[in-house]
Amino acid sequence: MRRLILRRLVLSVVILLAVSVVIFCATLLLPGDPARAILGQQATPERIAALNAEMDLDKPAIVRYFYWLGGLFVGDFGYSTSSGGPVSALLSQRLVSSLVLMCLAAIVSVPLGIGFGIYSALHHGTRRDSAVTWVSLALAALPEFVIGIALVTLLATSVFQVLPAVTMAPPGVAPWRLPSQMILPTITLALVVAPYIARMMRATMLDVLDSGYVEMARLKGVPERRVILRHALPHAVGPVAQVIAIQLAWLAGGVVVAEFLFRYPGMGQALIDAVNFRDVQVVQAVSMIVAAVYVVVNLLADIVGILSNPKLRSQS
Amino acid sequence: MSTAPSTASTPAVDGAPSMVLRIDQLRVSAVAGDEILHGIDLELLRGQVLGLVGESGSGKTTAGLACLGHYRAGVERTGGGIELLPREGEPVRMEDLGADQVRSLRGSRVAYIPQDPALSLNPAMRVGEQIREVLDVHGYGSSAREREARVGEALEDVGLPSTREYQRRWPHQLSGGQQQRIGIAMAFAMLPDVLVLDEPTTGLDVSTQAHVLDTIRDMTRRHDVASLYITHDLAVVAELADRVAVMLRGELVEEGPVHKVLHDAEHPYTRRLLAAVPDLQGRKQLTHAVPEPGRATERAGTAEGSEHAEAGRDTPPAAVESAPAPDGGADDAREGDLLQVRDLSMRFGSNTVLSGIDMTLQPGESLMLLGESGSGKTTLSRCVAGLVDGYEGSVSLHGEELARSTRARSLESRQGIQYVFQSPFSSLNPRRTIGQSLTVPLELSRRLPRGGRRAVVEEALDTVRLGRSFYDRRPGDLSGGERQRAAIARALVNAPSVLVCDEVTSALDVSVQASIIALLNTLREERGLAILFVTHNITLARHVSDHIAVLNKGHIVDRGTVDAVLENPTHEYTRTLLSNIPQL
Repeated sequence: MRRLILRRLVLSVVILLAVSVVIFCATLLLPGDPARAILGQQATPERIAALNAEMDLDKPAIVRYFYWLGGLFVGDFGYSTSSGGPVSALLSQRLVSSLVLMCLAAIVSVPLGIGFGIYSALHHGTRRDSAVTWVSLALAALPEFVIGIALVTLLATSVFQVLPAVTMAPPGVAPWRLPSQMILPTITLALVVAPYIARMMRATMLDVLDSGYVEMARLKGVPERRVILRHALPHAVGPVAQVIAIQLAWLAGGVVVAEFLFRYPGMGQALIDAVNFRDVQVVQAVSMIVAAVYVVVNLLADIVGILSNPKLRSQS
Repeated sequence: MSTAPSTASTPAVDGAPSMVLRIDQLRVSAVAGDEILHGIDLELLRGQVLGLVGESGSGKTTAGLACLGHYRAGVERTGGGIELLPREGEPVRMEDLGADQVRSLRGSRVAYIPQDPALSLNPAMRVGEQIREVLDVHGYGSSAREREARVGEALEDVGLPSTREYQRRWPHQLSGGQQQRIGIAMAFAMLPDVLVLDEPTTGLDVSTQAHVLDTIRDMTRRHDVASLYITHDLAVVAELADRVAVMLRGELVEEGPVHKVLHDAEHPYTRRLLAAVPDLQGRKQLTHAVPEPGRATERAGTAEGSEHAEAGRDTPPAAVESAPAPDGGADDAREGDLLQVRDLSMRFGSNTVLSGIDMTLQPGESLMLLGESGSGKTTLSRCVAGLVDGYEGSVSLHGEELARSTRARSLESRQGIQYVFQSPFSSLNPRRTIGQSLTVPLELSRRLPRGGRRAVVEEALDTVRLGRSFYDRRPGDLSGGERQRAAIARALVNAPSVLVCDEVTSALDVSVQASIIALLNTLREERGLAILFVTHNITLARHVSDHIAVLNKGHIVDRGTVDAVLENPTHEYTRTLLSNIPQL
């Protein structure tokens, strides 16, 4: 098992390196001259050349790639031309805010999805099952900004005015200090993610409930509750973990839209600003972080998959 | 308790074997409407095994599960019921009880041993824990320590180690036979009154089957349990049961003491079923083929039927006599071999599956390749057909060495060797009509113009006695036997010289098996087709083959004519196999 996990770990590192190459090449193609952006339109060519030399921008791309990659390892993400400071200073607060939002969405959506999936599978073929199926299908079909706008309309503006429509934290105050402002973004993201989890959970649960060992457990006289929790659930969770991972990874990118919609001060906002201002190193850093979240979450799902399967677990 | 009772149509009140469970006019229907059981009456007596025999679809599993008050999804009880008279406590009617009461009886008073232990043991629970669970949910004894001790006892009872280390194993770390014994231990853990066994040895090798049957017989007697043994295998019933009940399409057609039913059956169906069971001596004419269920016309006695019988019966001895004397491994000198395999080895990774295999096949010869699961028999037949490449050694057809992989083989040699797969349920594309499936090989061979193909396919369908009306039908409408015939017809359309039959009858009922074997024998006779018959079932030997090669752990350990091998097995392994076969 250790070897299996180790292999996945090595694979993750390789993937991240490959992603870093792609990101770096893609941003090379972006228009814009960082030195000119910093110094302004009136800068003399000499000063621009001097700044380029100072920022290593006069070196060949491959050398700059390795400088950049080396910097990533020590937490140096480069220099933000639009805010005039290191990228890490700009992003650290926003990264935490985004992660908090993601985690909240995950905490709400995962139990919700699993719960409804199981409920639906246990009432297979009844009205309750089709209700869950239709609602989850409809939600899965709606893009997150539609859900977000609908929620804003319903709860913040036209119908009920119980929650704030946008996040308005004074600078320096973390957004979670104002819990009421977190609710709408969290619900929006959770509603986007939960339907997929529920549908997958229903499908695997139905499969497992049809299996020989579940029938055997019932024929042994095991109470139904224990049949579900002890015999069926552990087998259904493995495949669902993969879906959860893909959904959580999607959240890392999906927050961009939700954050923009609710003006939530997270990574997504930072990315949109950076693209607008041609702030190359911020774009690189945010893309890299999103990729890392993808890889880490999928790695975790693989490990859960391995741990929930005794055949893989007991492999030496 | 040791003697079989005369007849037990009336419940013995205070006599020796008392009634424990009674199935009373049980009717079960599919929710969709079709009735599956049309009013079954059965009684289970303490300390006895009742064999419930029937072919697939006869409703025997439904009846067995009903004893536990369990009806699978889509099935419901529509009349009658189950009465249980446990050792302690009042008699109860299963259908009057609430769900919780039924649950408390399951696993404690009525236990179940399923068909496939690999599927019915929870792969994510340690085996000891799975036995322990039965004791926990039914509140065995008064303390955890007592239950702990009982788990160990149950394991020892079935001949497994009771150590903590063994209890902590996962199901996948046990062999098939050990898994089934865990199933038995689980069933006996609560010392139940009734045991329902649903074909518990079907997936097991003969030697493992023999062990498991011994365990079941011993446990039934020792714990004085009333057992219902559901099976399609009459030979197993002969070994194990005290009484036999025969089911046909949801009805009981015959019930009685085992020797009476097996030797002096009253119902024609029972007699037909018995006639279809292959015997090692080959005395029986299997080819008095039982008509397949579904096409229920009686054929015995008609001119066609007896003609088959003749053909099927006469072939093997004739071929045996004309075949050269058995010559051990040194048969490479023979000339005109149709198929020759020389020094073939195969390994998957570090695991050697086959080594040093030599065999030959003459036109019109049938070679039985006998082996248990994991012996490498399927791998070998796949090497011959080129479905597995990467082997070492050579396979020659008509004296010409073939490329390893089918892709690299010439069209001719690919047509020369045709393969029939084990399961007719998965080897035919359900979306295509039989005609379409059978035309595919002709399309690939481009031997015929488009217009001529239909005629060839129809002829092949006639040859396998399906008839051309099957051309436009889909596999879903066909019975297992009909599908296997269609699969054989598909192998025949390109007029092969060698037919590789990989366990072609093991997914089928005995009567269907008999008719498929009759068909293969006729093909051999009429077309001079050479057959490589791969199987685990040694009792078929005299019915299908004139030569036999016994495969064990990737080596051919015994070979020669069927008579020579069966009468004078030279290898220890063959002797063990022969001694473990259940016989009628």
